[in-house]
Amino acid sequence: MSDSTTTHPTGMVKQLWRLGLGRAGIIILIAVAFSAIVGPFIFPFDPAAVGADASSILQAPGNGHILGTDELGRDVFSQLLTGARISLFVGVMATVISTIIGASLGIFSGYFQGPLDTVLMSVTDFFLVVPALPLMIAMGAIFGQNLSIIILVIGFLSWPRTARIVRSQTLSLRERQYIPRAKSLGAKNMRILRINILPHVMPLIIANTILVVAGCILSEATLSFIGLGDPDRISWGSMLHFSFVSGAIGRGAWWYFLPPGIGILFVVLGFTLVGQALEQITNPRLAADV
Amino acid sequence: MPYFARRTLTLLSSIVAIVTFNFLLFHIIPGDPIRLIARSQHLTADEIAKLHHEYGLDGSLFSQYLTYVKNLLHGDLGFSFTYQEPVIDIVKRTVGNTVLLLTTSTLIVVIAGILIGVFAGSRHGKRSDSSTVIAALVAWSLPTFWVGMLLVFTFGVWIGGLPISGITTPHAIYDNIFQKWQDIGMHLILPTLTLAIVDIAFFVIISRTSLIEVMSEDYMLTARGKGLTRRTIVWGHGFRNALLPVLTASVLYISALVGGAIQVEVVYSWPGMGLLTYNSVLSRDYPVLEACFLITAVAVLVANFATDLLYHKLDPRVGVQR
Repeated sequence: MSDSTTTHPTGMVKQLWRLGLGRAGIIILIAVAFSAIVGPFIFPFDPAAVGADASSILQAPGNGHILGTDELGRDVFSQLLTGARISLFVGVMATVISTIIGASLGIFSGYFQGPLDTVLMSVTDFFLVVPALPLMIAMGAIFGQNLSIIILVIGFLSWPRTARIVRSQTLSLRERQYIPRAKSLGAKNMRILRINILPHVMPLIIANTILVVAGCILSEATLSFIGLGDPDRISWGSMLHFSFVSGAIGRGAWWYFLPPGIGILFVVLGFTLVGQALEQITNPRLAADV
Repeated sequence: MPYFARRTLTLLSSIVAIVTFNFLLFHIIPGDPIRLIARSQHLTADEIAKLHHEYGLDGSLFSQYLTYVKNLLHGDLGFSFTYQEPVIDIVKRTVGNTVLLLTTSTLIVVIAGILIGVFAGSRHGKRSDSSTVIAALVAWSLPTFWVGMLLVFTFGVWIGGLPISGITTPHAIYDNIFQKWQDIGMHLILPTLTLAIVDIAFFVIISRTSLIEVMSEDYMLTARGKGLTRRTIVWGHGFRNALLPVLTASVLYISALVGGAIQVEVVYSWPGMGLLTYNSVLSRDYPVLEACFLITAVAVLVANFATDLLYHKLDPRVGVQR
């Protein structure tokens, strides 16, 4: 536990690289990020351009369409590249919201304890057991389908685990001798939190955050698949939604429903591998060693 | 306070919280809920007033809440405009199918997951262990609905041979009840397999970690010192002690399971609560959606409650006031 708190960010990346699966995760994530950022420039097919006639619909790969066309004759490969951006964006933004809520609840709860702790942790435990997907579906259906609402819904429902983990780390930090000493020297609570607590829970928060991104990307994909995605944006989940409802499976259009799923699998796996490896570095007892 | 009473109190307060939360969520719908519920813009003022009264929406928020709770206690979950019948009747038709799907897949997932996990953990550090872990991480990263789509394609279009939609063959005539169950069983295979592929990973990872931790305990060294075979040590001593942490973790699994079931029911048109949720989202049938969420949430809370009690029975140290 003690060396976990002294881990320096650059040292963390080095250790991560040394772990086989952590390295695999980094490579996957770099590859996906690269194709999401650069891809649409290299491959300038308009992902929203519909086909000219019926013959352009659900076309197998070929004729300049690397991955064929969808049920409206749009190019699947350029949708895949644009979709990567939306999936990553939603995943990361929702994680930012979730981490801010989870980490601050966890730190305040663990540091101040008492009635505040009881109340905050009851709320946390409540959200920990309430089934997340049904709640996301209900909220998505009520508040409407646009990108910021999807981000908010996913972010506001993904923090309980973070809060629990951060709280227990804060609890153990609080027992360290230098905290009462700092207090007796007249340090204010906020100062102790900022200087003595936050830097030491940071590595744990980062490791957890990476794992949360994986969950948020899966949540976005699932919500979009259910039909609650932003109708104006192409994401991997919404591609799978349209391939499902347009009957691409029955017509054997594998080029339409395979690539987005593989994309989701790779990104989620990339974040999971990096997150697992980071957890192993920051908290060796907690993580499954791979 | 004894553990059981304390835990029951938590359960009840959670249920009250979820009922209240559900009420607030569906009563802050932007716009007039009646127009949304009736899904019509062409209502006369009289009709709107009548519907407001019928739905108990004509009082203050608090009196609306009281009406809502009173109706719930009478088993009144509202009226569906798409189905033109009370929501409770629709729920009664569908809930059993979901229970069937969840029970079958949970049994398979838990048993197979724990066996594979313990096996991998007992070979800690060996090749078979690390490849199991990698396979589990990949499986856990799969979107459940996509696995379902792949299996539909494989067994419905490509190879064929297994039913990919519904719970029974349409218009089938059965000679006896056995044939009907056989038909349902065939329809269960792919949905169960889909949930299993993704969810087994969860139990593999948890039980593997748990076994590795148990194996490093002192009493394991003693067992080895007594000259017991590795098999006896792992399956006789390690296995049993590794189960408790798995049970704690399964609390988190219950919520994930429900999410997976919704996706599977959508992909395979399995006529359960998940498909009902999906259809009510598409048709914006809010009374049905509201009921689906409430029932699912309460079921998960009760399942957690049962798991906690079981855990407490197996390990009475748990739940001692911290």
